[in-house]
Parts: sequence; C-alpha cells; structure tokens
Amino acid sequence: MARIDLDLAHAYKPNPRRDEDYALLPLKMSFEDGGAYALLGPSGCGKTTLLNIVSGLVTPSHGQVRYDGVDVTARTPQQRNIAQVFQFPVIYDTMTVAENLAFPLRNRGIAADRIAQRVGRIAEMLEMSGQLGMRAAGLAADAKQKISLGRGLVREDVSAVLFDEPLTVIDPHLKWQLRRKLKQIHHELKLTLIYVTHDQVEALTFADQVVVMTRGRAVQIGSASELFERPAHTFVGHFIGSPGMNFLPVQRDAAGLTVAGIALQAPAALQGTDGALLLGVRPEYVALAAPNARGAVPAVVTQAQDIGTYHLLSARLGGDDGAVIRARLGADHRAPRVGEAVWLAIVGPHTCFYRNEVLVA
Amino acid sequence: MELTLERIEQKVGAQTHLYPLDLTLVPRAVTVLLGATQAGKTSLMRVMAGLDAPAKGRVLADGVDVTGLPVRERNVAMVYQQFINYPSLTVADNIGSPLKLRKEANIAARVNELAAKLHIEPFLQRLPAELSGGQQQRVALARALAKNAPLMLLDEPLVNLDYKLREELRDELTQLFASGQSTVVYATTEPTEALLLGGYTAVLDAGELLQYGPTAEVFRRPRSLRVARAFSDPPMNLVKAGAAPGGVLLQGGVSLALALPATADASSLTVGVRAGALRVQPREGDIPLPGGVELAEIAGSDTFVHVHTQIGELVAQLTGVHVFTLGEPITLYLDPRQAYVFDAAGDLLVAPGFA
Repeated sequence: MARIDLDLAHAYKPNPRRDEDYALLPLKMSFEDGGAYALLGPSGCGKTTLLNIVSGLVTPSHGQVRYDGVDVTARTPQQRNIAQVFQFPVIYDTMTVAENLAFPLRNRGIAADRIAQRVGRIAEMLEMSGQLGMRAAGLAADAKQKISLGRGLVREDVSAVLFDEPLTVIDPHLKWQLRRKLKQIHHELKLTLIYVTHDQVEALTFADQVVVMTRGRAVQIGSASELFERPAHTFVGHFIGSPGMNFLPVQRDAAGLTVAGIALQAPAALQGTDGALLLGVRPEYVALAAPNARGAVPAVVTQAQDIGTYHLLSARLGGDDGAVIRARLGADHRAPRVGEAVWLAIVGPHTCFYRNEVLVA
Repeated sequence: MELTLERIEQKVGAQTHLYPLDLTLVPRAVTVLLGATQAGKTSLMRVMAGLDAPAKGRVLADGVDVTGLPVRERNVAMVYQQFINYPSLTVADNIGSPLKLRKEANIAARVNELAAKLHIEPFLQRLPAELSGGQQQRVALARALAKNAPLMLLDEPLVNLDYKLREELRDELTQLFASGQSTVVYATTEPTEALLLGGYTAVLDAGELLQYGPTAEVFRRPRSLRVARAFSDPPMNLVKAGAAPGGVLLQGGVSLALALPATADASSLTVGVRAGALRVQPREGDIPLPGGVELAEIAGSDTFVHVHTQIGELVAQLTGVHVFTLGEPITLYLDPRQAYVFDAAGDLLVAPGFA
C-alpha cells in the first residue's frame, strides 16, 4: 500500500500551448495511503487518462508519479504493484471461482494455506462462499464481475486497487448491494482504492474524497458534503445534484448586492469583492419567502412539477428574458401554480459566490 | 390525436407479450409508459405505431380503425433508445428529411428553428458521426418534431445518455411537449422520470396494464402492490403486518394507528412506506424506528440511508448530502398517516391522505 503523489500534465502534442492541447492540464494532487477516492466527470473529462497514468498504462508527457516518495513514472503496472478491475469481467472461465480468486496470489508464490485463508475471507465478504467450487463459465454476468472485484482485492501487498467503472454490467437493484460491499471491504482491508465513474451516486457513495473533473482539469477534490455545500467551481455546482446549482449574475458594490435589478444586503463574507459575480444556490436551499423578505427576489412561476415526495419549481426573475431559478420545495407545502408571482429567498448561509467560475465566498 | 386501444393482445409464438388491455390516451398530452424491462412497453408502442399488428383487438385513431395499417400509412413520429439518424446526410438534411418528403416550402427556416430549440445549430453542416451521443439524439428528436405528427412515440430516448445530459434534455422535452399539439407516448423504466415528465402514466408489469391516470395520482394512490412497486424509486419499503385493534401490528411488535376499512380481509396485510416518508427528525405522533445504518447512498440531491430496524430493512430518502458510518445507530421516524396498507391479494386498502 502506498501514498501516491502526482505532479504532472499530459499533452496530445510535443509543445502544448493552449488548454485544448492537453488531455490533462497540469495538476498536483495526492492519494493518501488507505484512502477511498473517486474520479468523477463526464465522458472526455480525462478521468480514465488520469487512472491510466496512476497505474502505469500511460506515461505522462510532463512530470512525475511518486509512490511513497519514489519516482515510478517509468515503471509498468506490474512493477508498481497495482491491481485493476475493469468495466467487464476479466476471469478464467475454465477455472473455479476459488481458483480465479487464488490466481493473483498463486502467481506470486504465496503459501497454499495463506492463499486458502485469503480466498475464504474475500469470498465471504462478497457473499460467494457457497460458489467457490463452481466453474466460473456457468455464472451470471454480475457474479463474474464479483469475481473480478475479488481478484482485484485479494492481494494484501498491492500499492493500490484501481476500478474503471466496475458496476456498468451490474443490474440496478444489485448495484446498491455491491456499493455496500465495496464500502465494507474498504473499511476492513484499508486498501488505497481509486474508482473512476461518470455516476455521481457511485462516486459520492463509495469515496471519502471525490475528484471532480472537466475538460482535462481536476476542479475540486472534496468529500460528498463539501462538493454539495461548497462547490469550489461552478462545474461542480452544476454536475453534482439533480438538478444542479442555480447560477445568477449579480453585481456587488458599495450599496450591496444587485440581483435582477433588485438590491439586496450583501453577506458579510462578500466584503472586499466588488464587481460582477455569479451567485450560486442549490434548489434545495431556495425557499418561498414573504414579499420583500431579506435575501429574497420576486419571480414568476414558469413550471411546477409534482415529484411525489417534493415539488420542483421553475421561476423567472425579472422580465421575459430573466434567469430561471429552480427550487425544491417539501411536499407538505402547497406548491405555487404556473403564472403565480412569488418571492424566493436566494441569499442565505448556503449561498455561494463565484468569479471566473471559481468560488470566492 | 385520440388513440384508443380496444382489447389489444399481443403474442409472439407461444409467448404472451401483452394481455388483453384497453387504453384511451389523453389527447395532446404526454402519457408515460412506466415499467421494468420486459413489462411490454415496446410491444405496446409498436402496436400503437403500426410497426406490429396486434394478435387481437383494435387500434382506433380519432375513431377510425387503423388496426393492421402499416406505419408508412400512418402519421407517426418515433424516437428510439439508439441514436438513429441517416449517416450520410448532414444534420440539417436529417432534420429536414420529413419536410422534404412532404415537399414543404421553407424547409431551411423550419430546420433552423428546430435546431435552435434543441441547441444543435452549430452542427447543422456536420455528419451525425461527428457528434457526441447527446447531440446525435438531439438530431433524432428534432427530426421527429419536424414531422409534426399527431402521434409521437419515444421509447426510452434518454437511456443511453449520461445523467446530466438526460436531465437537460428531459427538461427541454417536457417544455416542448407542453407547448405541442401532439399526443406523446414516452416509455421509461424510471419512476422519477415519469414524475418529472408529469402528464399521465400507464403502469405496465409483465405484459399487463395495471393502472392509467394522472401521473401524480397514480403515484399517490397506486391501486395495488404491483403498481406501488413499479412506481417507487427507491423501492417502497414493505413490511408484513396483521390487523390489530385500531390499526395494524407490524412484525417486530410495532403498531400503527390506522383506519382499516371494515370490509377488509385483514388476515395478511402488507404495509408500504415510501422512502421519502421516513425522516430523521421526529414530529408529533411519529413512530420511532431505531436501527443501524447499513449504507448511505449519496445521490447528489438526496441521500438514501439503508437501515436495519426491528420491522425489517428500511430505506429512507433524505434531502441533501448526509454522511453516515456503516453500523452507526440511527432512529427513523414515521407518521402512521403516511403508510399504505395492501390486503393479502395486494389490493390497496389505505393510502395516505394528501391535501
């Protein structure tokens, strides 16, 4: 097991000049020993490239990868002692479940009794103890993927275990059980785990720290709560949550805060940040308010969706071309109707402010 | 268009894909076909479109019998899961193809207007293969809209897109449907998608049409356990129960005060509680359900906590991000008035009252 430090960039061409020339823009980050990490972002964001650089499948064009302080940039995945689990099962059909699980250990000349012990433990964790003697060929796709997970986790001496969208082939109703398994296994085995996904549920549920990526850039590394409560970048606000954060252009000056022509009191945190900003507030933190209430703006409801356990409101601020803001209201409120004029509280303790996409307050 | 299905039945070989069903779609509104894979959604849509003739029954379009009339002779637009476009035509020609076929004037203007609506204007001169999946599906949607057919059928059109794109396109579609003149049928496996689309929902399960009505009403008053199961995500918490004086007694010795109908067969009941009805902050009259956290799944806007309690394993849906440690003690609270009760046959006996 290892602490992994990255200080690198990966360019498509020899002399990168613009951001577009990079698959991964210069980044500096660390994976702590024994931590559970997720790399989250849409397709093309660079998350798989980053994973492949960690494993040694790809050599970065610039910079270094260090394992426990040692430069391993030029080393292969075998030399780095990395275990990997891919999207689709990678197992030997002709072997039994037990033989499949034992394979990575046998390969390294581990003693037979130690192998039996370890295989038994992993099988128990994955609830496959009853299937150990079965041939892998006859198993369903999700059972095969469980074996792949088991093979990735069976060695105790690995530097890290890397997962590339490992739950793609799993049925939705089984996914949550496997997410729980992975979480429990991380608790028990304390391996360094890095997990690539485009699915916010998998990333936020699995990882202690999530690296959110877009266009070759890691824009925030944080816990699920940090990404939800204080997105460091507007992309994180947008990408985490359904629907994502609302963003409104605002003007901060000596008088206060102007939002869609309405003057509001500026929060204390905004002291010293004058000029044009973007206000960010999650739909969960927008509330109906009394007319002229503090931190509230008038709006006209354009859509009211009944989602059963809550209402999702869309409302337009200021004239016909005003910004639309979405609010998630509890099911026990009466939801306003389309066309109704409402006041929405948008400035409160959970409101964030951005300049050039970056959180300033 | 008013589309009516009368005693429609569909068989493929010895297999029944659709059991006899009657359905009249609410005209110029969205009807969601909700059901798991293999529920019969696609079979039903193919009959509606005229791609397949039903084994039995009649299809009426505005009162005219169109059973067996092939799709070419009907005015229907379809969008599929896979992004289907003409690979050798530009985006503009793809969108304009139904207009060209009808020899309409002002094709370019109409194409531009639709491309603007679906945010694909910059790609009009490209080929579909040069676009991302989300953009390709926008082209397919724009072409379907260009057809301006009185009946538009969409078979899980967003399922192959990632969740952020899905969210965006679903919002746009909801608005397009609301302003349109077409009768829209939209198949999905996801209860939340049905609720977001609104309109009306037809719940299908194993080839049977179980319930049809306004979406929110079907969600709140599922006629049976099967509908409740199909229309809950996360799954509705279900607990075995028996009748007791003044209410029901759950396994684990917890009782809920409820008014069961006097006529009810109370021998073997199932109590259903939606994940959203369980809370971690108590209110007056709540039943406390202490337990331990099995897992907290964080979905961005919601956290789903799986809890082991004396009445069984429960899932609670909490708004926002909440972090729990595996095994941590937790108490869930339930307002008995938010519980559903189903009888031994799975029929609804009690539903929560909603204002």
